Amino acid sequence: MTQLALIIDLNVCVGCSACVTSCKEWNTSGEAGPMTDFNAYSKDPTGTFFNRVQSFEVGEYPNTEVVHFPKSCLHCEEPPCVPVCPTGASYKRKEDGIVLVDYDKCVGCKYCSWACPYGAREIDENQKVMKKCTLCVDRVYDMSLPEDRRKPACVLACPTSARIFGDVHDEHSEVSRLIREEGGYQLMPEWGTRPANHYLPRRKVKIDIQDEALDRVENPLKGENFTKPADDDVTLEDSSWI
Amino acid sequence: MHPAFSVIFLTTLLGIAQGLFTALITAQVYTLVELVPVEKSHEFYAVGTLIVIIFVALALFASFFHLGRPERAWRTVSQWKTSWLSREVIALPSFGAVAFIYGVIQWFGLDMEVLKLGQYSISLSLLVGLWGVVLSFVLFICTGMIYTCIRFLQEWSTPLTVINFILLGLASGFTVATVYAVYTAPGLVNMFGGWAIFFTVVGALTRISSLIRNSRIKPKSTPTSAIGVRHSKIKQTAQGAMGGSYNTREYFHGQSKNFLSLVKWSFLALAFLLPIALLTTGLITKVAVIVVAAAVIQYVGLLLERWFFFAQANHPQNIYYQAT
Repeated sequence: MTQLALIIDLNVCVGCSACVTSCKEWNTSGEAGPMTDFNAYSKDPTGTFFNRVQSFEVGEYPNTEVVHFPKSCLHCEEPPCVPVCPTGASYKRKEDGIVLVDYDKCVGCKYCSWACPYGAREIDENQKVMKKCTLCVDRVYDMSLPEDRRKPACVLACPTSARIFGDVHDEHSEVSRLIREEGGYQLMPEWGTRPANHYLPRRKVKIDIQDEALDRVENPLKGENFTKPADDDVTLEDSSWI
Repeated sequence: MHPAFSVIFLTTLLGIAQGLFTALITAQVYTLVELVPVEKSHEFYAVGTLIVIIFVALALFASFFHLGRPERAWRTVSQWKTSWLSREVIALPSFGAVAFIYGVIQWFGLDMEVLKLGQYSISLSLLVGLWGVVLSFVLFICTGMIYTCIRFLQEWSTPLTVINFILLGLASGFTVATVYAVYTAPGLVNMFGGWAIFFTVVGALTRISSLIRNSRIKPKSTPTSAIGVRHSKIKQTAQGAMGGSYNTREYFHGQSKNFLSLVKWSFLALAFLLPIALLTTGLITKVAVIVVAAAVIQYVGLLLERWFFFAQANHPQNIYYQAT
């Protein structure tokens, strides 16, 4: 079984929104489009997005830290949005686990969006059908693209490599290794949706210096009966340089 | 959640239709065992069923406003194996169709005896009617389960949701039946009115139970589980949109706490307290206008009740849109 997914590394995400714009650019003009905007250049612009970057302030001043948090469909292994769909427009692909909406079947009842705890689905107010991240299904299998370009648009756009794409069911894949070794976690695990997308936490690199390392206990200069020589004493070492 | 008027009208109108049809068949059963003055008029049942069908049609009309692409509504019957919404879409016209057949049998006098149980003659219309009542309950369960089955909408995810849909539907249906009987079959007024009061009282108790339950809910999702950062102070500074998004429009009612509280007390008064008082007065004084007032006030109360039902549900995705 294959389960394609994204790993999002919160440790390196700088919140630049390059993934948001490249997602919109690729998908609005591709198979999954259009992603209609309203008031795009005036007051209160709004529109359909598959991916948004949010920012959270963690802690209280002065001990705060800003966490940039990209959020898109998590392609759950137990997607609660799929069984509730009355028309079968919402489905999970068996071959690669991508959760998709068939725009030709969607009746626009919004029930799937109620049934997604993550708010990953957005209705297109123009086409009146539900839309969501397709994991760039039209890119990742496109044989006309060079192999290293067969990745979701957001992954290719990320300047800090905070987004990694791969098969989370293949234990030898880079994404599986990252989940395993870098503390990958799922969002809202309490609902048993088993999101395929994982997030990597902030990881602080700290040097743990013990007092003993700076001030050796076995330092011969600190031995018993040792008296510190006066500063004007010329030691053997000093004299050797003279 | 943002209360959608299409769904508010759909569920309340449908509740009346289902309750009214149940009331008509109750009258037929009572007539059979002679608990009430015999109501053998075919027209009474036929016109009553016509009113049921009008309510079903109005509800269907309202439901289409909820769909982005109503021309594809026929597809919604396909996923009955997994989706309660799909099951509702099947149960609704099935109920309407059986009610229609029942109405036709009564209107054209096609009724006949199909079997005899002791001294009671079971007629074709009664069997069709009972089948319609079964479907009406199936429809109640489907409608309630649409909301109950979303486990992370904790305010809805309780058997009380289904129970309230059933009881409030029966209460409003029997109240409308009382109004109907006041003008067409005075012998049935006390029976309909009595059941209307009973269902309104029991419905009030279960609805208040769900209000108490919901006021004590501890949300399972927290900002920590939502973004995976272990800290008690997590404040959102940007939500990925300047002028709002579908996520900020669909999942928030946008009203103040005071307004919500006002709606709550209003519906408790209008859907339960006043109708109970008016129905009781109406049954004693036999003044038609009091019973009509009870039905109208109760319907307004149920509209508010349904609005509150949606507004009170707090979707976990709102954690990602705290700045709204």
